[in-house]
Amino acid sequence: MYSEKVMDHFMNPRNVGEIKDADGVGTVGNPVCGDIMRIYLKIEDNIIKDAKFKTFGCGAAVASSSMATELIKGKTVDDAWGTSNKAVVEALEGLPPIKIHCSVLAEQAIHAAINDYRIKHGMEPIKEEHKDIHDEERCE
Amino acid sequence: MGKIVYMDNSATTPTKSEVLEEMKPYFTEKYGNPSSIYSLARETKAAIEKSREKVAKVLGANPDEIYFTAGGSESDNWTLKGIAYANQNKGNHIITTKIEHHAVLHACEYLEKHGFEVTYLPVDEYGLINLDDFKKAITDKTILVSVMFANNEIGTIEPIAEVGKICKDKGIYFHTDAVQAVGNVPINVKKMNIDLLSLSAHKFYGPKGVGALYIKKGVKINPLIHGGGQEGGRRAGTENVPGIVGLGKAIELAGESMDSHIERLTKLRDKLIGGIMKIPYSKLNGHPVKRLPGNVNVCFRFIEGESMLLLLDGMGVCGSSGSACSSGSLDPSHVLLAIGLPPEIAHGSLRLTLGDFTTEEDVDYVLGLLPKFVKRLRDMSPLYEEFIKKGEESCTAKK
Repeated sequence: MYSEKVMDHFMNPRNVGEIKDADGVGTVGNPVCGDIMRIYLKIEDNIIKDAKFKTFGCGAAVASSSMATELIKGKTVDDAWGTSNKAVVEALEGLPPIKIHCSVLAEQAIHAAINDYRIKHGMEPIKEEHKDIHDEERCE
Repeated sequence: MGKIVYMDNSATTPTKSEVLEEMKPYFTEKYGNPSSIYSLARETKAAIEKSREKVAKVLGANPDEIYFTAGGSESDNWTLKGIAYANQNKGNHIITTKIEHHAVLHACEYLEKHGFEVTYLPVDEYGLINLDDFKKAITDKTILVSVMFANNEIGTIEPIAEVGKICKDKGIYFHTDAVQAVGNVPINVKKMNIDLLSLSAHKFYGPKGVGALYIKKGVKINPLIHGGGQEGGRRAGTENVPGIVGLGKAIELAGESMDSHIERLTKLRDKLIGGIMKIPYSKLNGHPVKRLPGNVNVCFRFIEGESMLLLLDGMGVCGSSGSACSSGSLDPSHVLLAIGLPPEIAHGSLRLTLGDFTTEEDVDYVLGLLPKFVKRLRDMSPLYEEFIKKGEESCTAKK
């Protein structure tokens, strides 16, 4: 059901772990729904110097976290913010329809981590365009 | 493909070679339509009747009480809809449980949309129904009780004889979905006062796509499939002769080897459970003793089941999970929620079901892998990180 790329990023996830003195940390998801994603960012001169993640979730959630952290490393904060869930899905060579929400979660985790960084540095958080997919009572 | 360790025997079993050999002639040489008059047809008709006798023998039924179907789901649907509509002059109330297979639950939901009322009995932390709850749920409108013999996910064996006795005293039809139980638990429909029983061949080393419904003589039931006069006019359609022959052979083998099968699998099961329980923050789901001989269902806290399945699959191990992600829906298993597991823990469940081809070496192999995989996924889990930081209590289910 998963592409080779997804399986590769699940079996050999990149950037697993935490950054002790992270400049921004974002956690999204809900354990009740079976997925929580936490992304840690190291930011210097407005550039994502390092990104790491911890994820509780299915194969697609782990692979999405892995791919998302790969995609944003080395980017400016603005470019990292613009990394969409579609970009994650494309880089993973597709996800099954029911797993698309995992890529949305990855995008939201990046946003949450960047906003954490912005708040810590006296900036206004950027308003999230999409509402949290776990806002609803049901897991959708 | 490398080594395969198949531990999903509750999903399906391989067809045993003895069963397949018995079936083969009915595809090619003995192909006559059993409803026809010539000798080629009489041969297939006789083969069906022989299978019927074999099924009846293992269940303690009479052969004319066995009706062949296309499997467990059809048998369950036939019972629910057939009994409901044939007896609606007596009442419109059905009692079942929250942990039934979807073939029963979704048929009940369908009936609810058509004027029937259904009570879904809760279960305790082991998955057992409470007989007092059951008795209290009975009304003068109750026409059918459907309680599964053994649960497909957690393996819990329900108090079927007790339910049967109560139904008999009250004059209510009692159906049991015994798809997981046949071949794994001794069954006697007469002694247990069962009026209808569903079974499916591929769960006991027979072919897929064939099953049976035991209907006690005198039970008022409508057909589900209307058409020709096959199966005493109760189930239309040209018989799946090779399948029925395979079912007969498979149930005969299951009946003959039941005791040794149960003894061997129980030993392997308990070894696997014992080994898994050494992993911290793991919990056995279901009853420790009132349990299918081959069923192991555990939850590992802080990890998600599908991830575990993928890691196991990478090493050739086939298992299943009640996690949302592995079920194609987004909610965790209704059974695990019914036994009181919080959803986040239900997502971390793993079911390994052993069978006649499972060896002790297989069990050791899996026990060698699991601690590594659990650690790997926990090291990646933000829930575990928080838990270690907070030092919370151990893995306990909400009551």
